[in-house]
Amino acid sequence: MSSLHFASRNQKEILRDPLSLVFGFGLPIVLLFLFSIMQKNLPYGLFQIEHLAPGIIVFGFSFLTLFSGMLLGKDRGSSFLMRLFASPLSAKDYIIGYLLPMLPIALLQIIVCLVAASLLGLPFNSNSLLAIIVLLLISILFISFGLLFGTLFTDKQVGGIFALFVNVTAFLSGIWFSLDLIGGTFKTICYLLPFAHAVDAAKAAFAGNIHDIWGSLFVVIGYTVVIMGIAIVIFRKRMRS
Amino acid sequence: MIEIRELTKSFGERVAVDHLSLSIEKGEFFALLGSNGAGKTTTIKMISGLQTPTNGDIIIDGMSIFSNLQQSKQLMNISPQETAVAPNLSVKENLEFTAKIYGFDKNEAIIRAGEMMEKFSLTDRAKAKAKTLSGGLQRRLSIAMAMISNPRIVFLDEPTLGLDVRARRDLWNILLGLKGQMTIILTTHYLEEVEALADRVGIMHHGKLCALGTVDDLKEQYNKNSLEEVFLSVTEEMEVLV
Ligand SMILES: Nc1ncnc2c1ncn2[C@@H]1O[C@H](COP(=O)(O)OP(=O)(O)OP(=O)(O)O)[C@@H](O)[C@H]1O
Ligand SMILES: [Mg+2]
Repeated sequence: MSSLHFASRNQKEILRDPLSLVFGFGLPIVLLFLFSIMQKNLPYGLFQIEHLAPGIIVFGFSFLTLFSGMLLGKDRGSSFLMRLFASPLSAKDYIIGYLLPMLPIALLQIIVCLVAASLLGLPFNSNSLLAIIVLLLISILFISFGLLFGTLFTDKQVGGIFALFVNVTAFLSGIWFSLDLIGGTFKTICYLLPFAHAVDAAKAAFAGNIHDIWGSLFVVIGYTVVIMGIAIVIFRKRMRS
Repeated sequence: MIEIRELTKSFGERVAVDHLSLSIEKGEFFALLGSNGAGKTTTIKMISGLQTPTNGDIIIDGMSIFSNLQQSKQLMNISPQETAVAPNLSVKENLEFTAKIYGFDKNEAIIRAGEMMEKFSLTDRAKAKAKTLSGGLQRRLSIAMAMISNPRIVFLDEPTLGLDVRARRDLWNILLGLKGQMTIILTTHYLEEVEALADRVGIMHHGKLCALGTVDDLKEQYNKNSLEEVFLSVTEEMEVLV
């Protein structure tokens, strides 16, 4: 019960910050339209909507990293988290409390982008539903990164790290260009990180290639478990000192 | 009853709290004094279960708080030295949220929040986001959040810091009204506050508890006319020894 009260507080805290909403929901849509317009003027298919949409939705999740990281960083920086640590909330309540409210935000991001993408010609069918589920799983990876950053850094530092993180997710994930175009070491590095796998899983889901989803999704989930695990261990350590 | 036994906390080389032993009666109003860095906040953090002591134990009603920390925390609440409120929640939401995480149901939380806003003169700002309040009003909210769970033991770390003269007096009256109903442990740098409120005083210096007793006891013991003179004498004496 307590975890739900805490989750509700955290959601209010994020949604009442209008700037975060503008970026989290607005930017992916702007990008979607921008690249679709560019595609119209390109002689070859680079930014077709069925490749573009999954990538941009995953890219939009990097704002979940920002939101959750900033919130946790801010709570740690102010005495608010100290007040909570003195309350009977348990470690489990913190994890649920910071993770849960991000999921409806992720879902909303997905839906808003899907609506925009369907205006741009992305068909909506049973694959889209599968894609929503896959994307929600992927969103947890980005939330975990946020919780890790928020556990380690202050909210101001999280802002700086986000600038780096958002570029990593943009360029090392194959959102804007196929990684095969470059190949070599660059591609190898990309596939050591989870972001390209996340985009691959999302693309496969939209295309209905169920068998292609699992391999990529497995890497994403593996990363999620590890990142979240590290965040929890460090958070618990900080909770006690 | 709270029994503090040989409580010690070191941060690396620095000993913040040094073998502090003390008993505080149920319903007692206890004031902890000391210069900056004396170890007051660290002591409060350990008793409230926020920091694990390097050594020593804290026993409440015959049970070490570390044997069931969760349960012990339910009995206590704290107003931290720095104001601690959720910035984007309204005054009312902050209070209700605190009540809920201490286990009150929705209706109780609403009723308790209303009472607290009345008591701390926050009713007309009920819907204002905490971050839009002045520093002093945030402070009052922060203290009200410590009181809303009806704790058996409440820690107030420099509660009147930043309050205007009237708000300080109002808080004193609230605290006087609560006297005997809950154990109150307060730190402050305002000695008149101690004289107006506290049953007993402890003066800390360099992590050690150097003087303990009622204000009158201490005046007599140190042969001084005011608590301020006692305080200066206790902290000075130690300076020479160190
Ligand atoms: N987390 C920490 N890490 C290292 N040193 C610490 C930590 N917390 C407190 N200290 C040190 O412990 C000592 C006591 O600090 P504490 O905050 O308890 O003092 P205080 O009596 O509350 O002072 P003030 O009146 O300024 O609030 C100080 O020397 C402080 O630097
Ligand atoms: Mg202090």
